Amino acid sequence: MPSRRTIDARGSFCPGPLMELIAAMKMAEVGEEIEILSSDKGSATEIPEWIRKVKHEHVATEEKEGIWHVLVRKTH
Amino acid sequence: MRILIVGGGMGGTILANNLARRLPAELRSGKTRITMLSASDRHMYQPGLLYLAVGRMTPDELYRDQASLLEPGIDFHVDPAEEFRLDKNEVKTKSGKVHGYDVLAIATGSRPTPEEIPGLAENSEQFYTEETALKMFNRLRKFEGGKVVVAMGVPHKCPMAPLEITFMLYDYFKARGILDKVKLHYTYPIGRVHTLENVAKWAAPEMDRLGITYETLFNLKEVDGAKRIVKSEEGSETDFDLLISIPAHRGMEVIEKNGLGQRGWIPTHRTNLNMEGRNNVFVLGDTTNLPISKAGSTAHFEAETLGENIAAMVKLGAPVREYDGKVFCFIEAGLDRATYAMFDYKNPPQPKPPTKAVHWFKLAYNKLYWASARGLL
Repeated sequence: MPSRRTIDARGSFCPGPLMELIAAMKMAEVGEEIEILSSDKGSATEIPEWIRKVKHEHVATEEKEGIWHVLVRKTH
Repeated sequence: MRILIVGGGMGGTILANNLARRLPAELRSGKTRITMLSASDRHMYQPGLLYLAVGRMTPDELYRDQASLLEPGIDFHVDPAEEFRLDKNEVKTKSGKVHGYDVLAIATGSRPTPEEIPGLAENSEQFYTEETALKMFNRLRKFEGGKVVVAMGVPHKCPMAPLEITFMLYDYFKARGILDKVKLHYTYPIGRVHTLENVAKWAAPEMDRLGITYETLFNLKEVDGAKRIVKSEEGSETDFDLLISIPAHRGMEVIEKNGLGQRGWIPTHRTNLNMEGRNNVFVLGDTTNLPISKAGSTAHFEAETLGENIAAMVKLGAPVREYDGKVFCFIEAGLDRATYAMFDYKNPPQPKPPTKAVHWFKLAYNKLYWASARGLL
């Protein structure tokens, strides 16, 4: 079971959920999962878009009561 | 109550002065003590570095004597913290002195770490320290034309600086009469030209109007100085004649060495600003891990909240308010016009078109900052 860290970026306009994820990637271990909580629906597309570009893994996206939970895994 | 503040930057200084103004009787009677530790006897106005790099401020304007900014009654030591012994409620300093506390506020700030990107330090100009800003000033003076690329890492303090330096460089080269020989190319780490959506909506058309090209989803990976190419994590690259970089940042080494937070970012509660798991330790400014701008105004508003709360803890036994995520950032849109972004956890910014008046307000604030630091503004 990979370890998981959660970034609560709800209400974060600046630097915003994707930038929080980019910063968190520096701290994560390979294989570690990162879950980003975002109140911005744009995160559901912009986070997977960046993850694909840098060749990490987009595991899942789920919306619960207006909060997007985007789960990614650091692969390298 | 013994209040210990570690860090003499904006957050720590405003907090100390705010507390001193709220607790004069308690300080006089000795019921309360405020002690501040800093690594420097000088206080730097960091936003001034942007102006220093383009020759609009001089180094002496960036500094004031730290002690001169502090209210009477604050016990100030130029003696940086080395060990945080939180279980014992004490901090040991470089000189070996041990300060016990009842309440600790950590405001140690952040630092750029260009050395983490291969080739960046030696092949780019930066403006996040006095030394690098002066070097950039001299390089810009001698620059006669070519492709100027702005690139950055994440996280960095002063989130408006990438846009500001780009627009200011446009006006700088225009004023030097070499704009027709310069190609400005801006890169940004996420999929628009700024993380604040409304700021990006204003900035992108402005870049189009000025002929500034841009590439988004570009996170600094390495710089090939011999070929003058900067490469991104996303697999793209761009050539440059002059590279202006804003490196990724980390918290201060002392925070990492003491295991207080990975990469120096201390886990902090977003509204009461407690260090996670510590009821009597608060964190403010850049060194928090909060998903919020690492900016002077953030430290300022956090310090005001904490000042009120810690004073209330002395007088009432409990804190009384929450930090709402408030941030206020000027955005210089050139050398003679500016706008601003004001937002909090619930309300995004709605920046207006830049004006000369807001630019003049920012120039005035460059001087008024010292009143803010003293807790007066």
